[in-house]
Amino acid sequence: MAQATSALERRYGDTQRTDRWWLEPLLVGSGLALFILYSTVSAVLGEHWAFETERHLYLSPFFEPLIHPGWLPAWLSPAAFILWAPLGFRTTCYYYRRAYYRAYFLSPPACAVREPASSYKGESVFPLVLQNAHRWFMYVAVLFVPVLWIGAVKSYHLPGEGFGIGLGSLMLTINAFLLMMFTIGCHALRHWVAGGLNQFSRSPFRRLRRRVWEVFTIANEHHKLWAWTSLIFVGVTDLYIHLVATGVITDPHTWSGPI
Amino acid sequence: MPTAHLRVWRGDNDGEYVEYDVDYEEGMVVLDVVHRLQATQAGDLAVRWNCKAGKCGSCSAEINGKPQLQCMQRMEQYAGGETITIAPLKAFPLIRDLVTDVAWNYAKAKTIPTLKLTPPDADGNRRMAQIDMDRGQEFRKCIECFICQDVCHVIRDHPDNMDDFAGPRFFIRLAEIAMHPLDTNAKRDTVQHGFGLDYCNITKCCTDVCPEGIHITDNAIIPLKERRVDEFHDPLRALARKLTGKG
Repeated sequence: MAQATSALERRYGDTQRTDRWWLEPLLVGSGLALFILYSTVSAVLGEHWAFETERHLYLSPFFEPLIHPGWLPAWLSPAAFILWAPLGFRTTCYYYRRAYYRAYFLSPPACAVREPASSYKGESVFPLVLQNAHRWFMYVAVLFVPVLWIGAVKSYHLPGEGFGIGLGSLMLTINAFLLMMFTIGCHALRHWVAGGLNQFSRSPFRRLRRRVWEVFTIANEHHKLWAWTSLIFVGVTDLYIHLVATGVITDPHTWSGPI
Repeated sequence: MPTAHLRVWRGDNDGEYVEYDVDYEEGMVVLDVVHRLQATQAGDLAVRWNCKAGKCGSCSAEINGKPQLQCMQRMEQYAGGETITIAPLKAFPLIRDLVTDVAWNYAKAKTIPTLKLTPPDADGNRRMAQIDMDRGQEFRKCIECFICQDVCHVIRDHPDNMDDFAGPRFFIRLAEIAMHPLDTNAKRDTVQHGFGLDYCNITKCCTDVCPEGIHITDNAIIPLKERRVDEFHDPLRALARKLTGKG
């Protein structure tokens, strides 16, 4: 039996793939949309959402470090000073670019599946040429790693009561770890530490940089994993602190008084 | 003996898919079944092949829509009774049946700079440390099957980009040259020229289909993009260049 058809897919979505190629962009698009929705609500509502616990033991990572000057109008959340950095870092991240180009831009929706655009110049033209700002955001993002670790360490010490441990402390620690792994796995940072060198053997310092590059490469090979786990966990940690701060749930901890 | 239900492209651009039933044995790959089809039912079927070991890159085709080597796809992976559609690579001009004209790749290869090595040492030898050569070894695994070129949507869906865009296969070549410890090519020839690198939006299809498992995107394309960022978009490097007067 013969069936006449064209060898090359001509219309958007045409493909001969028989697997569920649409599942990944669907899940990725839904996951990113959910996070964007949640983080916007949390950041915009700010204090009304409650971003730190009664005695300031836990501070949501969306607001770390807390910048809350007296002149800040009530309608502007302190998150405005913070979130632009991780937002820009993740938006221009090579992994997230792959994810949302496929899920939202359908460029292409999956490999060997015809994309809808009739012409294409990629990241060579405005506005996508702005993705090159990833290096700028990377410089800022690396500063957040020690900031989040300091916030996590501080969460083990309640003023007036001393050192202890709470579930929130553990969550802030895991959050700092995941964000650190996501950051050191960044392609731009991996390149910056030594990727641009061609002769590692010329000096001990260059060999050291190569060693750091190898360590960062281990994280880079799982960049997708760190991207998703850090994204999900920062949202979960923010929600947890909100629920503790508003008294909806009680944080299990070793201190006696309120946190 | 199980039977494979094949749907194979026959003819040129005005051709059609023709369906065949072909018996196969355990351990066979798709190329074996295509050869059996050729031997028993379709003697004029055109199919390009050579080593049947995944090393020559000749038998590239699209099996159930996925660009793959026919010789590396075992028949066991297809469910019983499933129709297996075998089509030619779709990004290149079709000659006949499963054979395409990949000459565009050879023309593109001529545009890529060759290595320009530093002069040899006094004893006539050039010395390179292994630590400096390691990264480039991965790129030398390329068997030039051109599956990465075929799946890349920049040219697959937009053939008008073929003049400006070198494609993943040649980005790994450019990366190998750019990272070579003894290469003296000017950056403008390997990094700044671009070869359409900015057209790539890192959707990693080339990496996904590479039969040699080369991390084309992570280890070649993105490092090349980052070298361009070094030159044009890095604020700290720009400041350093301004302060030192270099560059």
